[in-house]
Amino acid sequence: MIASDAQRAVEAVWRIEAARLIAGLTRLAGDVGLAEDLAQDAFVAALEHWPRTGVPERPGAWLMATAKRRGIDVLRRRRRFEEREAAVGHELEAAQASAAPEPGARLDDPFGDDVLRLIFTACHPVLPANARVALTLRLVGGLTTAEIARAYLVPEATLAQRIVRAKRALADAGVPFEVPAGAALGPRLASVLEVVYLIFNEGYAATAGEDWTRPELCEDALRLGRMLAELAPAEPEVHGLVALMEIQASRLRARVGADGAPVRLADQDRSHWDRLLIRRGLAALERSEQLGGRGPYVLQAAIAACHARAPSIEDTDWRRVALLYGALAEAVPSPVVELNRAVAVSMVEGPAAALTLLDGIAGEPAMQRYHLLHGVRGDLLQKLGRHGEAAAAFERAAAMTGNAGERSLMLERASRCRTGRPEG
Amino acid sequence: MRFMLIVKSDARSEAGVLPTDKELADMGRFNDEMVKAGVMLAGEGLQPTSKGARVVFAGGKPRVIDGPFTEAKEIVGGFWLIQAKSREEAVEWARRVPFEQGEIEIRQVFELEDFGDGEGLELHRKHRDQLAK
Repeated sequence: MIASDAQRAVEAVWRIEAARLIAGLTRLAGDVGLAEDLAQDAFVAALEHWPRTGVPERPGAWLMATAKRRGIDVLRRRRRFEEREAAVGHELEAAQASAAPEPGARLDDPFGDDVLRLIFTACHPVLPANARVALTLRLVGGLTTAEIARAYLVPEATLAQRIVRAKRALADAGVPFEVPAGAALGPRLASVLEVVYLIFNEGYAATAGEDWTRPELCEDALRLGRMLAELAPAEPEVHGLVALMEIQASRLRARVGADGAPVRLADQDRSHWDRLLIRRGLAALERSEQLGGRGPYVLQAAIAACHARAPSIEDTDWRRVALLYGALAEAVPSPVVELNRAVAVSMVEGPAAALTLLDGIAGEPAMQRYHLLHGVRGDLLQKLGRHGEAAAAFERAAAMTGNAGERSLMLERASRCRTGRPEG
Repeated sequence: MRFMLIVKSDARSEAGVLPTDKELADMGRFNDEMVKAGVMLAGEGLQPTSKGARVVFAGGKPRVIDGPFTEAKEIVGGFWLIQAKSREEAVEWARRVPFEQGEIEIRQVFELEDFGDGEGLELHRKHRDQLAK
């Protein structure tokens, strides 16, 4: 289905206005589900009228006025909400009766704060992760249901249902429209950042579909992250996440080989790294560091920055990378972090030191089923000339991985070690 | 997708007339909107052509011509680089620039196409074209 020019124009305005529109309506209607319905009605009205009248000079104001008119009708018809109706209905009527807002004017409650409330609502932990993702892209990202469904390679009806259920769950849980305060802020912000990074990662290393990367999703996530950085500028982890995404996104072109297969960092053509995004990433990192950030996203961004600054894999500041992975391991202990730290250590102190590090953690429960551990061990053993042990490690990795491509790669490396042709 | 919004110069900016306080404030607010929306990637204003130069190539030989240049309408006064999901969105942002008079040209930045050919590129193109339908 090819969208008409008019529809595309309306969708473009929607993308720009949706978050503020829905946030403002949620404030007025007291219910994000109703707000989204009203906003959607306004969108449909725009689709009907704008092809004839042209896009209005202030489309946001048009949409809001239309949604409010609809809201008064809806609230009048809802007998169950009589009390609310009286209060809000008068509010809406009063708002409608007054002159349209001056250009640049703000309501009492700046839209910015309301958009932040909306983000926290859409990312509420009561919702499963995929519902948070869908709702955030819809309410804040201004994507249509069709666009989100396409991005996640699911049928539109499935996505639409996911959003309906999510709105119902929020209503059932009585989630208030607010920015969490005090002790609640930390974990709730972490939930928001997790949603944004989930969207980014689906674009950066896709789990579904044929393509290894889906750059559009990275762009959607970057956009959300940058919005958040403006809405919550005092939060270092927000800037850390933005920095991480900008720098990782800078490598998108270099990450995919001619055959569509992933290209490892060490093998990437760095002339294809996007310098504009790297510059933006480093600027965001600096913002986070000025705020004293040392959280997981800031640390990951700092590691990414080490790679971004390096002209080649050999010229990377591996000492700093190893230190940062050490700090990250304390903040979020995980096999992946330990492994990456070992690789960094091997670049600084040689394979033997890294091997000692790995052997020190190999006994831990989290490591037992982690095939990459054995792949890295094999690599280190091979570098030390211990080919027999290296082959055994590669074979163990092959046996443990579920990925066919990886299994054959590991078996090939094992075979080369056994036949005395380790490099090839 | 990325788009460049190219601001065409006019006689005023070519004459070196600086913007008024109101113009600066309005433009500042607009830039702020784009930053808050997460779409602003870069943006700069360019000094008048009286300070600039042109290099003209003919038969492989470059020739330098110093400014000023007279056809104000064809001169670039400034630019924004923005991230947008569609040409229509880039156009919508351009519509919102707080100009009384003026002209903005919108051009999409080359992305994968400048990478050179290859199977992987074809896969990307095909998928992206499908997503755009």
